Amino acid sequence: MSDIKVTPLGAGQDVGRSCILISLGGKNIMLDCGMHMGYNDDRRFPDFTYIAREGRLTEKINCVIISHFHLDHCGALPYMTEMVGYDGPVYMTHPTKAICPILLEDYRKITVERKGEVNFFTSEMIKTCMKKVITVNLHQVIQVDDDLEIKAYYAGHVLGAAMFQIRVGQSSVVYTGDYNMTPDRHLGAAWIDKCRPDLLITESTYATTIRDSKRCRERDFLKKVHCCVEKGGKVLIPVFALGRAQELCILLESYWDRMNLKVPIYFSLGLTEKANHYYKLYITWTSEKIKKTFVQRNMFEFKHIKPFDRAYIENPGPMVVFATPGMLHAGLSLQIFKRWAPNENNMVIMPGYCVAGTVGHRILNGARKIEMENKQIIEVKMAVEYMSFSAHADAKGIMQLISHCEPRNVLLVHGEGEKMVFLKNKIKQEFGVECYMPENGETSVIKVKHNIPLDTSLNLLKRQLVPADESEEPDPKHLKILHGALQMRGSRMQLTEPSVAFRELGLEEYELRFTCDITLEEGGSVSNTTDRIYRLLQREFPKCSVQFSNDGSINVGDSVIVKVSGEDDCKNILVSWSHQDEDIGSHIQRVLRPEQS
Amino acid sequence: MKLICLSDNPSKPCFVLFFKGVKIMLDCGLDIKQILHYIPLLVVPGFQVSKAHTWSQGGDKRNRVPDDAAQELKECGGRLLVDGNPEFSIPETGIVDLSTLDAILISSYSCMLALPYITEYTGFKGTIYMTEPTFYIGRLYMEELVKYVERNPKSSIASHWKQENIIKNLPAPLRDAVRPRQWRKLYTLHDINSSLSKVQLVGFSEKLDIFGALTVSPASSGCCIGSCNWIINSKYEKICYIAGTSTLTTHPRPMDQSPLKNADVLIVSCLTQTPLSLPDPMIGEFCLNAAVTVKNGGNVLVPCYASGVTFDLFECLSGHLDQCGLAGVPMYFLSPVSDSTLAYSNIFAEWLSAGKQSKVFLPECPFPHADLLSKGRLKNFSSIHTGLSTDFVTPCILFAGHPSLRMGDIVHFIELWGNSPSNTIIFTEPDFPHLDALAPFLPIAMRVCYCPIDTSLNFSQANKLIRDLRPLHLVVSESYIHPPVLEPLRNDLTVDFDPSPLTYKQGEILSLPVKRQYEAVEMEPELANTLEPVEVKPGTAIAMITAALVAKDNRYVLKLLPNLHDVPKKRRADGSLLWRKPYIFGTPNLQEIVDSLKQNGFTSLRVEEIDSGSIIHLVKEDSLIQIDNNSTHIICQGEEIRLRLKEVMLKCLKQL
Repeated sequence: MSDIKVTPLGAGQDVGRSCILISLGGKNIMLDCGMHMGYNDDRRFPDFTYIAREGRLTEKINCVIISHFHLDHCGALPYMTEMVGYDGPVYMTHPTKAICPILLEDYRKITVERKGEVNFFTSEMIKTCMKKVITVNLHQVIQVDDDLEIKAYYAGHVLGAAMFQIRVGQSSVVYTGDYNMTPDRHLGAAWIDKCRPDLLITESTYATTIRDSKRCRERDFLKKVHCCVEKGGKVLIPVFALGRAQELCILLESYWDRMNLKVPIYFSLGLTEKANHYYKLYITWTSEKIKKTFVQRNMFEFKHIKPFDRAYIENPGPMVVFATPGMLHAGLSLQIFKRWAPNENNMVIMPGYCVAGTVGHRILNGARKIEMENKQIIEVKMAVEYMSFSAHADAKGIMQLISHCEPRNVLLVHGEGEKMVFLKNKIKQEFGVECYMPENGETSVIKVKHNIPLDTSLNLLKRQLVPADESEEPDPKHLKILHGALQMRGSRMQLTEPSVAFRELGLEEYELRFTCDITLEEGGSVSNTTDRIYRLLQREFPKCSVQFSNDGSINVGDSVIVKVSGEDDCKNILVSWSHQDEDIGSHIQRVLRPEQS
Repeated sequence: MKLICLSDNPSKPCFVLFFKGVKIMLDCGLDIKQILHYIPLLVVPGFQVSKAHTWSQGGDKRNRVPDDAAQELKECGGRLLVDGNPEFSIPETGIVDLSTLDAILISSYSCMLALPYITEYTGFKGTIYMTEPTFYIGRLYMEELVKYVERNPKSSIASHWKQENIIKNLPAPLRDAVRPRQWRKLYTLHDINSSLSKVQLVGFSEKLDIFGALTVSPASSGCCIGSCNWIINSKYEKICYIAGTSTLTTHPRPMDQSPLKNADVLIVSCLTQTPLSLPDPMIGEFCLNAAVTVKNGGNVLVPCYASGVTFDLFECLSGHLDQCGLAGVPMYFLSPVSDSTLAYSNIFAEWLSAGKQSKVFLPECPFPHADLLSKGRLKNFSSIHTGLSTDFVTPCILFAGHPSLRMGDIVHFIELWGNSPSNTIIFTEPDFPHLDALAPFLPIAMRVCYCPIDTSLNFSQANKLIRDLRPLHLVVSESYIHPPVLEPLRNDLTVDFDPSPLTYKQGEILSLPVKRQYEAVEMEPELANTLEPVEVKPGTAIAMITAALVAKDNRYVLKLLPNLHDVPKKRRADGSLLWRKPYIFGTPNLQEIVDSLKQNGFTSLRVEEIDSGSIIHLVKEDSLIQIDNNSTHIICQGEEIRLRLKEVMLKCLKQL
């Protein structure tokens, strides 16, 4: 019975730089290794010195699991493996392995080449880091070592996102990463079986939100975009190259088709083609509908959406532009934003969550004047819209997942503290399970209790499963009682019939026998007395066999002998039994002794 | 534990395994070979193959076949073939009640084509387990069959010829048709959909629970995309089922051996159908023959399935043509499902070899045929009617189904190209004996090459694998322990194992020599806390357990008895105690007992040594204690004294 310890290095009552350490059954596992977009200093990476003051982490951690390719879940991976030092296995799904290095490289370029930061991981490090990655398929059970196994479940959220079950012996933890419980235009809903983990670590981004129906939000989005371009405005949609972008493209593409619109839609160059190609090759990870129709028509080949060129920023007239990155913290989207923000005809639609500290976060909180890094002040006159397209589970979804997998404990990460408190109470109330929400660096200890497996002899088990009394109907509700001997040798526990155990251990049962004489003053023949006692015993022991034996004595049960001898007026009754039938022996004494009868 | 073999063809296997009260079907192969007894179906309705003509039976009047049966038969290329809607030889359905099957485990898309017969027509209520590629490609294979058969429907089902008294008078090989009265007409698209709706998709190494009694787990078998072997585990026993398996490097993910190790029983099927030829040289020969033919202006015809080795052929042949400067020769691929099989081949990266997988990270399509398609060197059509004629260039290489040559577009092209000796037909598919397949088209002028490519285990690979896996018992097809009929002296072409393997053949019930001894039972920690273990030997302790046994969903849990006083002391019918029997053991010596007696107030002792031990006389209490090695007999009068003596004795002994 070992406890499970969980320490978030990131994402503890926070969103960003997800990195959660768990230890169960003597194994240490790192769940995600993300960066924080809101910081430009040391705080952008998890504090790995928590694991080891100095030196490499290979000996400290058994494996690293990356849930999906978003940078707040994998952005610190090359730093951790190459700069801090870790040579153990890193697990992720195929699409994550394909896309993650591209985003890492993108991020590295922005940080190093635009911002001129030094002491950052290099392209080469990203490559070496990716060589340490072992890919997992959905539902495949991967044996990390003899005791530790992991299994991936579909999480929706983005292409290749997975939830992971981690199991050591009987203890198990499920980590959800980010997930969504409703299918969207290109991804399916997260799914998990009733695996009853000891602990479920779930994201709680939308801990208090219950979103309106998907269809309404889509209509709302299209209406806003349409209105804006009709008035000649420009629409900026900051996105990450992969994920939400594809869904919104599918949405706009079909709307443009239906409404016969001619206003150009652009997608910032570079990743587009490649990104869509990944989606084509990983169709099996998308929604059922896309999978069904992909042979005839691939949803990721867009007719209306053209690649964007930086020069188009100054173009007159309406347009819709998808630009990276999604939180307006750097790159093209920020550049476009700076140009378009002062015009009230324009609109920026933030389709996802923005972490604190980013421009996206600030304008969403109503800031109308934004100070840039170079002290330049941008006045925001354009309309700012927030559309919750982020594929996270809402409160209802989180509750749904909990009821699907029936955990014994829940631990919340990847959300805001106050909102977590609300959800925590709700979970406790509704499911009656303990719920934890540690801060970064704080360790939650989860007590777990498991049944002990016994190797049980089939003979013993079969004997117990038949009813004791032949007259008794087999009744599943009827209490079945098992009686056996448990041998404990090292960690081996073997339950057998007692006689078998004694034989195996070379033990001999000790026979302890009692014999008592009872003198009765009773007339008549010996056989009359014997008959009387025989009938008496039959009455007294309805559940026992009471039989005459050849020499005229009476046998009761396994070992009890009652023998009558004596003269005409005085009889001597000999009662003999072994210790195992003590109950019978002492009872016979009570009923036969004259002073008590 | 029992194994029943339902299929006549070990390469299209179908078994039922009985284990721990669970009934599992292993694979559900359709033996398509039997349709070689039928006349080929042309693509164009209403037409027949040119060589077919009415059967003029000569000979003995007594053996004459009645007219109704004779009309069902046609002579074709010197053979007697059945002229009717083709029927298929399905797994034996009469031995086992298939409605009570709990699960069907499928190893690959080529071993599942009989599924609708089982799941739709026997009252099947269980679940089918297979991998995602097997599911999609298997569906396409089924749909392809249905389309071929329905495209040119024959009005009549021929059944008169099957009667026992008639068939025995027919000439070979028709006379030797396997169980023709049990053949069934092909299922429909509706049957396929309904059957496959019962499928649960699985990933390699996923552990699936079957009613709590067993876990089953697929392990990659390296034979085709998504193909697997199955490991069937109870907590204490392990049965492994090896179906189509390849240790060669082709496009699928390599075989995973380690989970198959140390099984109690290893069942082996689907070994090579062409033990006399190795796949690598055959691919070389295939490319060579194809290149020579097109170089000389001839066309090449390759009967093939719509997936699998066909993709390797595209890859190898296009490379070879490049080397020969024949890159301009077009390759055509005809199958009603070619669009889909090609598209699906691109999206199953996770199920491919590491080399193909890594291409997707670039991102590029894993198979080179995607590139060939985009460049127009490979063109695929669903049939000859869908645009093929508009840009058909000869000489060319044409891949088309069905490899049995009894249906599909291939039939049309044999008729079209068969008369020219400059053309070549190259047989690569080992499922059908090529001479039988070709029989209805004989005599034929086109060149015939036979380059069978069977990547399944050959006998030396199988023997090595089995040795490495070290099973306790081996179960193989009866045909695997004898050398091939054509090579009776090649004892190396057999499976060799010690102890000698058990064998299966269609319709036989095999008892598997697995003796179950243990079952897993869980003990609740609350119960464990109440146990009082006694160390009886260094390192070994023993404790008596009396607990409530709760059995649910084949899982057993021991719990604390609800309330000890509520439970009556139960006895069996024979009077023996059902539980709470006190156990005593130990070897107390005389002195210990005497000392203990004295401490407890028995002072007037007299000890007498006898042969078998000793007797202690308690003079004052008028009682005797007879002691020998492992028994003690207390003879006394008063109950109060007896109870005191009992306590003394128990203190000298260990009690459980």
